[in-house]
Amino acid sequence: MRDFSYLRASSVDAAREAAALPGAMLLAGGTTLVDLAKCGVAEPETVVDITHLKGLDTIAVDDRGATIGALARMSRVADHADIKSRFPAVSEALWQAASAQLRNMATIGGNLMQRTRCPYFRDPANFPACNKRWPGSGCSAIGGVTRGHAVLGTSEACVATYPGDLAVALVAFDAIVHLGDRQIAVDDFFLLPGSTPEREHAIEPGEMITAIGIPASAAARRSTYLKVRDRQSYEFAAASAAVGIEFEADGRTIRDLRVALGGVATKPWRARAVEEALNGKVLEPEVVRQASLLAVEGAVDRGANHYKIELAPRVVARAILKMGETA
Amino acid sequence: MTSKTRTPIQLRINGHRHELEVEPRVTLLDALRDHLGLTGTKKGCDQGQCGACTVHIDGQRVLACLTLATQAESRDITTIEGLAGEDGTLHAVQAAFLEQDAFQCGYCTPGQIMSAVACIREGHAGSDEEIREYMAGNLCRCGAYPHIVAAVRQAAVEAAS
Repeated sequence: MRDFSYLRASSVDAAREAAALPGAMLLAGGTTLVDLAKCGVAEPETVVDITHLKGLDTIAVDDRGATIGALARMSRVADHADIKSRFPAVSEALWQAASAQLRNMATIGGNLMQRTRCPYFRDPANFPACNKRWPGSGCSAIGGVTRGHAVLGTSEACVATYPGDLAVALVAFDAIVHLGDRQIAVDDFFLLPGSTPEREHAIEPGEMITAIGIPASAAARRSTYLKVRDRQSYEFAAASAAVGIEFEADGRTIRDLRVALGGVATKPWRARAVEEALNGKVLEPEVVRQASLLAVEGAVDRGANHYKIELAPRVVARAILKMGETA
Repeated sequence: MTSKTRTPIQLRINGHRHELEVEPRVTLLDALRDHLGLTGTKKGCDQGQCGACTVHIDGQRVLACLTLATQAESRDITTIEGLAGEDGTLHAVQAAFLEQDAFQCGYCTPGQIMSAVACIREGHAGSDEEIREYMAGNLCRCGAYPHIVAAVRQAAVEAAS
């Protein structure tokens, strides 16, 4: 690991100021930054430790929604009684992610900044070409082993999968990222790779995530996160779905459906076509299965990841039908 | 304030204060093993994937390999060396691992035990299924999992009674 300087921030403003300097990176739980520094992917000149800042780890839930401080640890949010009751998909996405140890370390703000698990991205010694690491150098994954790579939102420059779970639930329920005074929708916070895969987040030097806001909704209250993976636990998603449903008073007609996908796209992927196809419809298994196929509209496979195009709609349909059973 | 050179830090480990000089990039794992001689905490993957380096910081189980030593200043650190009583009486989880024969080569065991102590304290050891889920971050290459689950279950039942 390259040597670096360490600075312990004494305030949010001091952290922002220090992070704006060339080569500086914010350090929270360390589960991404320290890992990538060991891989030789991250080469910070200075790490700015924000974990000693006070007051950024509060979790507040009321009838309008939840506000989660950037330094709240994943485990605390997952186990929070009001998050579990009002935003079950958020709690489920969190406790199904990583391991108990990592969830005790990783913060909510840092979670949104986690990088892809693309093995080519993570291995600069053996695969120098990576447009994400080194813009213009090419993509080692295209033409390589692509079983874990994305089928949605890809470009010829990058096919790396967005690996997280939490943000999939957040994008389904229109969460807001607070960057101090600036606010941005989670869906807009994550960027498609296009021709600039090195830029993953709509965050500028000197900005810092301070909180996540999730508006309350009936769909969020009746929600789930279904994660399908190669192992039962402690694994990234092969395909996952965050789903929430609000029914009309008849308890059968869908008023407000939310669907987002993980493990198959280059960013947390809101499946609005599925939502539009089912809003106003009575929940019937065959109708749900047909509509769920719209989740992978426009998908492009790279060979070994073709299975994701079949798997993702099934995961979506299963999650919707599971939520229907609770009606 | 910023320095790449060795900097004096103080760590509170198992109730004792330690003074050492480390570069900012030194992990808590390397500080424990190489600087302080506390080799009970094991280095497995050194990439946050295997759980062999599990320690407690302020009572929470975390990975020492992804924690910078400097970050852990002013926190309470507990390692496997700090579990047993002053007189050498084993912690209930250590005793349960012995009773259930919950290891083969033993390399992952300190991490398994540190993780299990926290798992029980968190209230995540209510069933075998829950134990398997919440102990998933500790890999055992020998495959002693059934006995590990039995040991955690036994210690959890003892803790509840």
